[in-house]
Amino acid sequence: MSQAETSGNVPDFYQAKKGIWNWIYTLDHKRIGIMYLFTTLFFFAVAGIFALLLRIEHLTPTKTIVSADTYNKLFTLHGAIMVFLFIIPNVPAALGNFFLPIMIGAKDVAFPRLNLASYYIYIVGSLLALAAIVLGGIDTGWTFYTPYSINTSGPVVFMTFAVFIAGFSSIFTGLNFIATVHKMRAPGMKFSDMPLFIWALYATSIIQVVATPVIGITVFLLAMERVLGIGFFDPKLGGDPVLFQHFFWFYSHPAVYIMIVPGMGIISEIIPAFSKKTIFGYKPIAYSSLAIAFASFIVWGHHMFVSGQSYVASMIFSWATIIIGVPTAIKIINWTVTMYKGKVSWDTPMLYAMWFIFMFSIGGLTGLFLIALVVDVHLHDTYFVVAHFHYVMMGGTVMAMLGGLHYWWPKMFGKMYPEMLARVAAVFIFIGFNVTFLAQFALGYLGMPRRYYNYEPRYQPLNVVSTVGSWFIGVGFLMVFSYLLWSLFKGKKASMNPWNAKSLEWTISSPPPVENFITEPVVEPPYNYGRKH
Amino acid sequence: MLFSAMFFPLPQASTMAPFTDTLFMFLFWLSVVLLVITTAAMLYFAIKYKEGKNSEEVPYIHGNAAFEWGTSIFLSIVFLLIFFWGLVGFNRFHTFPDDAIEISVIGQQWLWTFQYPNGKTSTNELYVPKGVNVKLILSSKDVIHDFYVPNFRLKHDVVPGRYNKMWFQATELGSHDIFCTKYCGTAHSNMIGKVIVLEPEAYKTWLRGGDPTKIDMALTGKKLFEQRNCVACHSINGEAKSVGPTLKGLYGRQVELADGNTVLADEIYLRTSMESPGTQVVKGYAPIMPAYQGLLKEEDLNALVAYIKSLKE
Repeated sequence: MSQAETSGNVPDFYQAKKGIWNWIYTLDHKRIGIMYLFTTLFFFAVAGIFALLLRIEHLTPTKTIVSADTYNKLFTLHGAIMVFLFIIPNVPAALGNFFLPIMIGAKDVAFPRLNLASYYIYIVGSLLALAAIVLGGIDTGWTFYTPYSINTSGPVVFMTFAVFIAGFSSIFTGLNFIATVHKMRAPGMKFSDMPLFIWALYATSIIQVVATPVIGITVFLLAMERVLGIGFFDPKLGGDPVLFQHFFWFYSHPAVYIMIVPGMGIISEIIPAFSKKTIFGYKPIAYSSLAIAFASFIVWGHHMFVSGQSYVASMIFSWATIIIGVPTAIKIINWTVTMYKGKVSWDTPMLYAMWFIFMFSIGGLTGLFLIALVVDVHLHDTYFVVAHFHYVMMGGTVMAMLGGLHYWWPKMFGKMYPEMLARVAAVFIFIGFNVTFLAQFALGYLGMPRRYYNYEPRYQPLNVVSTVGSWFIGVGFLMVFSYLLWSLFKGKKASMNPWNAKSLEWTISSPPPVENFITEPVVEPPYNYGRKH
Repeated sequence: MLFSAMFFPLPQASTMAPFTDTLFMFLFWLSVVLLVITTAAMLYFAIKYKEGKNSEEVPYIHGNAAFEWGTSIFLSIVFLLIFFWGLVGFNRFHTFPDDAIEISVIGQQWLWTFQYPNGKTSTNELYVPKGVNVKLILSSKDVIHDFYVPNFRLKHDVVPGRYNKMWFQATELGSHDIFCTKYCGTAHSNMIGKVIVLEPEAYKTWLRGGDPTKIDMALTGKKLFEQRNCVACHSINGEAKSVGPTLKGLYGRQVELADGNTVLADEIYLRTSMESPGTQVVKGYAPIMPAYQGLLKEEDLNALVAYIKSLKE
């Protein structure tokens, strides 16, 4: 007897309780996930508009639309919002919140109240960040490097407290997921039965819990120095500015994996589901998530090869970083090989998965340039680095997020998105992204530094190409947001399992009922496609 | 035409540039090959096994340990090759030649000042001879800057409160851009200087020319040394005083500290000992020297360091 037959009369979680207060006070992981989804996407749109403005400014070598100070604030806010308010919480707290309990056959997360608290803490952090913008914006760069961030004017303290507070929401989510994965799995589900998205979220949670306190304390020290004049980082007060960089990257490099590992998890779900074939290398993918999580703590110094850090330290960090490349490459190979002899559909989620493999490969391969010490001496802090981390963060995480959003949209909202339109938008984003950022690799090799308001006229042609590319990305995302909103009202009703996928979320109705499962979920091995019985 | 306007060749103007470019091009072609393999495999599978076209039953292939280990080992070898290749160049960048001429570089919002050994200074234009090793001693008056010469493929952060060092040998005459690559505020992108590479003879002529009142840097340091009465505690002739160690022959020596460590008395040590002496007290002496942090200008520190370096055994 399938879930759908028994759940005929059970209302879905939207219908079960209505009214705004039932959202505000909700303890349902699904509603919290939806709230996170819309809030993080709002910040994605805001920071994305900043990015488009930055690109327009670069159409000419001197002033195009904004002043130098405005430009400096725009790139700071673009980075800070994208990192702290969008990409870190987006996949874990939105898609993870909604699907982690369902995919392991649980009713909810282990600590529903902590879950809601994490959302409101995130909102407080966001409001502080918005206050920093309203009070004039800050121009420190998202990295807050000292002593500039201590001396510059502007509401830096607001932004640092935004980061400090948003950090707690990240810790709460991580703590919750670890407990949920350990204690709430459906009877009979072993760790090795969990979908790889869960493994990825589990690895991410470990980093969130262990690393986030460091950024909290670091920005707290920065605020103390600004407000009380305690000399931690400013040499004028007896501090060490490079110490800040060590603290900052001790969190912010693991944070790169907080951003990308959940995306890798989504790709591990989409590719088997749209190839109708079991994942190739379940264990290597699962364990490499954990390996990457642990190794991410010993590579932070690769951001500081030209900071004056010692030769031996640079050597060790370079070596450790190149080693972390191996499990990452293994994942890419496993995803590709999974398609072999499958039945591959070209639906939108799979398109984004293929974009991910292509772009994330470029992101990874260009990482090799930056880890080769002598080449980094040339490329450090140029547009090459900008292009590299956009290929990883946007070509990687955002493509995975888009894939996951389309894949799970029918489950979350019970509506289908328009497939043809979605594919067209995906092509726009693909072309736009590659035009925008391939040009920036060339700019970086040719020596154009990042965070440059004015640039030498010889860099103009490539900058124009990059800017035009960004418009294609803009159009693509405008289409995505429009048709997704449209589909909420006018979309075709989604069936229980529109993709014929195998994990537990597809065995319950779309959208799911309040308690997820009406009858006890039946645990199967993961990705049980085409198995010879 | 548009293509050539976009991808102009970047001149190779230092001895390091060809090395860096060779590794860069190796990585470029390696990346192209690996990307083409991955993408071609993906596209081939996506087209060949497209849903509807592939009527065969889907096999259950859960993995292949030999394949995973094989690729891991292959990639590890390739990656370690890249690591060592990069390290060899980095090692060269960090190994300072003994015969280099030394020039102090001071970064501040938003210009560069260069101090030459004979006391000459220049702003935003660094004059160096072609084919001669040049060592730069980098310091900052305010925030972190970064001294970057794309044509040399070299850069180094310029950090306040400490000296960083880098060296190069220019191989191309003419003018090469210096960019600040560490974000430093409003006019960050206008903090642009030039390295002017001259023939060694022309460099000597340039260095002698200009302001006739200029004083040798070490001499400026000597005057400061006397004005500040450093001599009250530190002898310059090797004579031992009970308050402070002699400075004669100090530079380049290993110094034993009160905490049992030994440090090399290089520029960084000398600077730290003036600005925050309490951090590196010499064995056998009391920590009584006042800190000169904020009391000595960047130029003064450089001059004092030059003077102490001149006090050879």
